[in-house]
Amino acid sequence: MKKVVPSVLRSLFAVTAVAATLSPAIAADEVNLYTTREPQLIQPLLDSFTKETGVTVNTIFVKDGLIERVKAEGARSPADVLMTVDIGNLVDLVDQGVTQPIDSATLNNSIPANLRGADGQWYALSLRDRVIYAAKDLNVGPLTYESLSDPKWEGKICIRSGQHPYNTALFAALIAHNGAAETEQWLTGVKNNLARQATGGDRDVARDILGGICDIGLANAYYAGHMKTAEPGSDNRQWGDAIEVIRPTFEKTGGTFVNISGAAVAKFAPNRDNAISLLEFLVSDQAQTLYANANFEYPVKAGVATNAVVESFGEFKIDPMPVAEVATYRKQASEMVDTVGFNN
Amino acid sequence: MLSSAQLHRRFETGVAWTGSTGLVVLLVLAPLLSLVLYAFDGSFAHWTHLLDNVIPRATVNTLALLAGVGVLVTCIGTGAAWLVSAHDFPTRRWLGWALLLPLAVPTYIIAFAYMDLWHPIGPIQTLMRDVLGIASPRDLRLPDVRSLAGAIFLLGFVLYPYVYLSTRFMFITQAAGMIEAARILGASPYSVVTRVALPLARPAIAVGVSLALLETLNDIGASEFLGVQTLTVAVYTTWITRSDLAGAAQIALSMLVIVVFLIQLEKRARRRQRYATVQRMRPMARTPLKGWHRAIAILLGWIPVLIGFIAPALYLVSEAFKRLDTVGAVSLPLLQAGLNTVGIAAVATVLTLAIGLMVAWSARRIRESASTVTPAQIGARAASLGYAVPGTVLAIGLLAPLLLVDQFLDTTLSLLGFSVGGLLLMGTSAGLLIAYVIRFLAISIGSFEAGLSRIPASIEQASRLLGEPPTRTLRLIHLPLLRPALVSAALLIFVDTMKELPATLLLRPLNFDTLATWLYAEASRGTYEEGAIAALLIVLVGLIPVILLARTQSKPLVPSRRAL
Repeated sequence: MKKVVPSVLRSLFAVTAVAATLSPAIAADEVNLYTTREPQLIQPLLDSFTKETGVTVNTIFVKDGLIERVKAEGARSPADVLMTVDIGNLVDLVDQGVTQPIDSATLNNSIPANLRGADGQWYALSLRDRVIYAAKDLNVGPLTYESLSDPKWEGKICIRSGQHPYNTALFAALIAHNGAAETEQWLTGVKNNLARQATGGDRDVARDILGGICDIGLANAYYAGHMKTAEPGSDNRQWGDAIEVIRPTFEKTGGTFVNISGAAVAKFAPNRDNAISLLEFLVSDQAQTLYANANFEYPVKAGVATNAVVESFGEFKIDPMPVAEVATYRKQASEMVDTVGFNN
Repeated sequence: MLSSAQLHRRFETGVAWTGSTGLVVLLVLAPLLSLVLYAFDGSFAHWTHLLDNVIPRATVNTLALLAGVGVLVTCIGTGAAWLVSAHDFPTRRWLGWALLLPLAVPTYIIAFAYMDLWHPIGPIQTLMRDVLGIASPRDLRLPDVRSLAGAIFLLGFVLYPYVYLSTRFMFITQAAGMIEAARILGASPYSVVTRVALPLARPAIAVGVSLALLETLNDIGASEFLGVQTLTVAVYTTWITRSDLAGAAQIALSMLVIVVFLIQLEKRARRRQRYATVQRMRPMARTPLKGWHRAIAILLGWIPVLIGFIAPALYLVSEAFKRLDTVGAVSLPLLQAGLNTVGIAAVATVLTLAIGLMVAWSARRIRESASTVTPAQIGARAASLGYAVPGTVLAIGLLAPLLLVDQFLDTTLSLLGFSVGGLLLMGTSAGLLIAYVIRFLAISIGSFEAGLSRIPASIEQASRLLGEPPTRTLRLIHLPLLRPALVSAALLIFVDTMKELPATLLLRPLNFDTLATWLYAEASRGTYEEGAIAALLIVLVGLIPVILLARTQSKPLVPSRRAL
């Protein structure tokens, strides 16, 4: 036993040493980014930030549990910038107390007031509208979100999980516009119209339309941008070519539902200045153009041109309902998905 | 006669072993404890909603999934093990190890592979339409893989190797003599199977099935992707969509009821099992198959390999080939992710084995007749609980304890004058390693316990009477005898660590990716086909240990005489 203990300890030390070498060294001028956005999408933006400022960006892509991790890390957290999609997720960051207020003239001038939090706790960086993909040969014509519950679509609609934030945010917006009772009826109608399980991703809507499983479906517009510009002959291009994008509107306002991606400075950011300059960079004309062209999203900054492919999706009127107000109905929307058995 | 000093030392040693097990149990229970704290930190008001709208449905789905997968893995795993152990036919030797290959395919990969393969515009249905002369996919609607049935089918065909592995091991090491006796006494092939082989294999089947079912219960990748609303999916929805961690913890803890039930089921099936034998282990004589029996054996034997490995692997190869065309080569970060994966999986395997051996050893039966349950044996059960909790739930529960230690370390080290400037566990891969150990300790404890149970207590008694201390006895006697158990546990843990996704995603340090997280990043922006290269690498790296496993399985399992 006496001999075993030191040898166990020794091997433990060896293990820790190996483990430590698995982690890269930390550079001097840096900013640490915790993101739920897929690294490949934002990497070009981060690279040009580094090129411009000389600040290294260390990233970790966390999907679920970003808040829990930052909260647990507490005052010692290396996180500087927290980046996520969906208004609900952004508001959660603030509610859980992991952000800090910042005051930047650049950010305030570039981002409209309804697209940032009070006291500079969060900032929208791009906009994404939730649209309808329809089989090209059907020539469906203009649609409202409300009309998706029309029985004429029975067995013809594809959609991802009703519990996905992209969907609960849209359902929340419908509650905000039309009230809970009407929305519940609507959701039941849409459920009855589903062609398959509510699952998969937004691209699957296009693929399933091509596969003849459904005629129309709900998805974010930028996926269509990606698919329609994918390499000719690739699977993605075939899916993209099979659909047309219809910008649906709410009956009451005639606007299209828009969600956001955004970011906040972490409460205990060790590199606060770099964090702010990263955010400021992300709303620069250069970065906003990249958002528009690399990911087919809408710039939050006025005056930055949108991508031509996205432009071709037709007239775009952003729904005037403030995103933060939509977020307050998110939980109700999620419970409604359970109540009507949308995913069953 | 022992001197009192010697007696004292011996007593202390026992306490030390049990004490270390206690520490391990603390480590494993820490995340569960913090889950309990989370659970009571919130309100229980949403339970009316959950009980009305979510739980009944999710429970039925979960139980149906478990039952379906259970039946499927039992039939495939046991059938395949019997086929290759008791019969001889062309390709049998190849089949013997090929049947293990689906182990290398993570559930989330098989789900998206079949999503593509079986899609109306995928290769299978396109071919069917061509053959039948149907022009539009709208005119031929076949069942969707995105369903409960699809999930049962796919999970069954990747998880059956757990049953195959343990059952075949049993047939090879234990059953030969009795089965041959039955044959000589004139039993029909049918009654050899039902009255001798199956009852003998029951404990092994139970071990394999319970592992497969725990994997099924924890699975989030495949069931979420295929749209099956299980309890684990309900945990996620409550936590992620409704930002209700307390509620999620409450559901997760209630799920432990199912886990306890599964573990009890396994224990019942293993009851009255006492197979300690020093008899030379040898494979049973195989019946050569002839004529159409032979053709059917080949066909049936290779079907699980085809569905669980060959089809998805070919799919990945062809997808990766397409990408290589456009991307040019495997990118440097992806290669780095591959190295990270192998490195951390190797370290995690060594750690998990060492700790598992310690726990199993301290819980071993010292006398054949001993019937009382020792604290160390209870400890061994408790230390196995980490396998029973879904990966993300475990990771969330682990955050608080890990950071508690981190803050303590940081404070202490700064007081001592070594500033590490931040988080020692979470800032490095150490936190991740701890998570892997907790998660997969059950595999190593289970294998070592099974291995130790086959070593008669009399051997240890002899060694101790001859004056060897326990540690030396372990090193000289048990370890060599445990080699097969050690090898198979090592390879299972390595493969499982490599495939692990949710805990890796949450607990890894900055700028650190594994193949699984890389693939997930691609998949989550809806371009999972872009992740084909990473997926293929996971399968390829996973193949290496599986092939090693197959090789050790086919070797004679008698330890060399020299070791004794």
